Amino acid sequence: MSSVEQQFGQAGFEAVPHVPPSRVRIQTGPLAEAGPSSGRRELAVEAVFDVREVSVHYGAKRALQGVNMRIPRSRITALIGPSGCGKSTFIRSLNRMNDSVSGFKLDGEVLYHGHDLYAGNVDEVEVRRRIGMVFQKPNPFPKSIYDNVAWAPRNLGLRHGLDERVEQALRGAALWDEVKDRLKASALGLSGGQQQRLCIARAIAIEPDVLLLDEPASALDPIATASIEELMHSLKGRFTIVIVTHNMQQAARVADETAFFGLNAAGGEPVGTLIEHDHTEKIFGHPADPRTRDYVSGRFG
Amino acid sequence: MKIEERGYESRLRSSTLRAVSTAASPAAPGSVQPSRGRSADRRRSLDRFGDGLLRTVCAAAAVTAVGILVLSAYQIIDHASPAISKFGLGFLFSTEWLPNFGIFGAGTLLYGTLVSSFFALLIGAPIAIAIGLYLSLLAPKGVRGVISPMVEMLAAIPSVILGFWGILLLAPFVHKHVEPFLHDTLGFIPLFGPPQTTGASIFTASLILTIMIIPIVASISRDLFLAVPRDVQDGASALGATRWEVVRGIVLPTTSSGVIAASLLGLGRALGEAIAVAQVIGAGEAIKNHSLFETGDTLAARIANQFPGAITGMHKASLYYCAAILLVIGLASNLCAQWIGRRFDYRRAAAR
Amino acid sequence: MNEQPALDPAAPLTPTGNLRRRRAVSRVAESGATLAAALAVGVLGIVVYSVLIHGASALSLDFLLEGAPNGIGPALVGTAEIVAMAAVFAVPLGVLVALYLVEFGSGRLAAPIRTTLDVMNGYPSIIVGVFIYILIVEPTESQSAIAASVALAIIMLPIVARGTEEVLRLVPDSMREASDALGVSRWRSVLTVILPSAVGGIATASILAIARAAGETAPLILISSNNPGISVSLNPFEAVPNMPGTIYRLSEEANPEGFARAWGAGFVLLAFIMAANVFARILLNRSRRKMAG
Repeated sequence: MSSVEQQFGQAGFEAVPHVPPSRVRIQTGPLAEAGPSSGRRELAVEAVFDVREVSVHYGAKRALQGVNMRIPRSRITALIGPSGCGKSTFIRSLNRMNDSVSGFKLDGEVLYHGHDLYAGNVDEVEVRRRIGMVFQKPNPFPKSIYDNVAWAPRNLGLRHGLDERVEQALRGAALWDEVKDRLKASALGLSGGQQQRLCIARAIAIEPDVLLLDEPASALDPIATASIEELMHSLKGRFTIVIVTHNMQQAARVADETAFFGLNAAGGEPVGTLIEHDHTEKIFGHPADPRTRDYVSGRFG
Repeated sequence: MKIEERGYESRLRSSTLRAVSTAASPAAPGSVQPSRGRSADRRRSLDRFGDGLLRTVCAAAAVTAVGILVLSAYQIIDHASPAISKFGLGFLFSTEWLPNFGIFGAGTLLYGTLVSSFFALLIGAPIAIAIGLYLSLLAPKGVRGVISPMVEMLAAIPSVILGFWGILLLAPFVHKHVEPFLHDTLGFIPLFGPPQTTGASIFTASLILTIMIIPIVASISRDLFLAVPRDVQDGASALGATRWEVVRGIVLPTTSSGVIAASLLGLGRALGEAIAVAQVIGAGEAIKNHSLFETGDTLAARIANQFPGAITGMHKASLYYCAAILLVIGLASNLCAQWIGRRFDYRRAAAR
Repeated sequence: MNEQPALDPAAPLTPTGNLRRRRAVSRVAESGATLAAALAVGVLGIVVYSVLIHGASALSLDFLLEGAPNGIGPALVGTAEIVAMAAVFAVPLGVLVALYLVEFGSGRLAAPIRTTLDVMNGYPSIIVGVFIYILIVEPTESQSAIAASVALAIIMLPIVARGTEEVLRLVPDSMREASDALGVSRWRSVLTVILPSAVGGIATASILAIARAAGETAPLILISSNNPGISVSLNPFEAVPNMPGTIYRLSEEANPEGFARAWGAGFVLLAFIMAANVFARILLNRSRRKMAG
């Protein structure tokens, strides 16, 4: 508990002028928790996402069930857990990328800054403009490095100062020094790690509010993985980051909060669900749920 | 387009596969494993004979196919030589076609061929590409399964039926409604001159050719668009791009060479169409006012119309000359299409 | 250029900045594509409907059995004869060429053969007609059904070869390796294992080729047009009446009664071709399922 106080300090109050006061919580004492396995937490920081009782079906198959979660602003939240527990499904549901999957159906609410992401009048293109995503396998466009980064800003009409914007994005992705002399070269000639950083540069070039990363380093070699991790630290203050990772050391090193997704066999068929969500040290140090403990210690042990 | 270039045996000769097969049969591929006895020897030599025979027969078939093509080109050009030596290259520009006087010039025909085909491509290619986009990116899978075959069925309609429908039903409609409208609105362009007595015109022929081009270009485009990797499109969507922006920025640029190749194949189809064009184009004898709404004629249609009735040697030779020209343009567009298509494949393969 | 105001993430999730215009553009593009598809289907519908409506009225048993000028019986028989002979030439030849490409081809010969097949596929049929005229009709100084069959066979060849090649490539190498390892000779594997497994695809390609050949008119105009079609003629060494040629002839004559008969003949021809295409598609789906499962 004292570590919590250390983390958040005495005044956890953040003034956010446009947001109604109900969204801000003032913490000065011990954290109130609604129970170890529900995953619902009170935060000292504004919640960007407020996920309420979300379940996901692909046709008849249930992929995710009963997720309740609040994702804090300007922090890195890691989603860990074994394969098939719905982490990818969950993160893709945060920016409406699952819309194109046939049979996709989401029950419950995903609130983004208080707005229901799946409401009828929501424009999913607008959603994706604010909530960016980097995918597991690097997917640069078959264009030049410059055009890869400049493409989305051009679409958005941000043609002024495009060169600076591209440079800032590439710097932000720790790629500028490596490519500044060959911006017109094809992006497909870059190494895997460079391509992935290019994808990150592409995403941050339009200055989104949130960055979702779906196992960004799993297709990369260890050195490239390390560079991605360093990047996470430097991006943390600027964006809210949610990262799915199989690599628990990565989660432990990089994330402020960690959410563990596992299988819940209670209703018959095992379905992915959120088991526990808490500060990273707590999840890895002394997790509340035995399933979390098993998973976390199994890897370390 | 993802075809392996080498036959099985040729690949066998490469080391990896050889290790597998020679372990079992140490001699050349296809030989029987060593066994004892004269009957076994006889069987082995029979098998080797059979292998050789099969290989020879297949090779002969392949050579025959190539031979047919080469022979056809040679024969046509050879039979055109009287006209070629008499008229030379001026044949391509002269518009005088007077069988009774032995004067022939394919200028009108070349004009009609090129104008009708290119106009058909101009209208048809964008429509076909749009159909390809619809079938690959917009249509739900079930709808795609219904509409795709229907588009391909369009290609299966015999040209004689399409031409018959064209002259009896399309031409009057075009004549009554489309040609006057276009003349009224776009009449300042000489292409859209005053409509003539019937709807038999270069314009109607172009429309028929458009109907023939569309299924070819649409099916190939659809396959090309379906092959654009999903993850790159997702990456574009994830950056807050609209569907059209993903198409314009990713799908179309990536497939551009293939789409151009497909269009050239469609053009080849249009250039070579004889029957349907002959039925609707009106067998015009001269280039009149450069208007699409006049009658005209094409190389292929002229051959279809006049060949059965050609009597004099020079008339026939001139028609052979027309065939030779048609052969050359048809071959050119086909080979261009293949060359562009192959470059496209290599570029994609290299990019991966 | 208009600079976008700083992103306000907490604003409602309706289009901001230039998104409304971009959305409109995208919607226009989507409508255009859908319209284009509808246009294609529409044209198909109109043509088929026209043939149906105008042709059905001309149909009768007499029409199908009698000879010209009242019926198309001889033309039907003639087309069947010509196309059947063409298939006899084209199918084995096409299969052999495909076999060469897939089983035996070395790099050097394979490329020109494939180019040849692609060129043949796009060869104007009038040119094929002229070629065969030069090759057979002129020397023998007479039109003939056999010459017509050769011409149609040239048109059918690339279709059969391509389809066969596709299905032969679907046969996995492991099957060929297993055959080799068992000491079975190539010719035996090809004839007893590989070809039988490819039969579905070969049949599909052949049906599609037949459907194509049945509708080809241009070569027939030059090679088998002398027969007025009054009675059934089976002599392959003479011109034989045929469906496409009949339709063409009737369409060029300015005789309205002829038009009615042309529609009727068109109906029969189109019905056959459509049926063949549908049948080929069903066969294709079934053999695809067999290969996959």
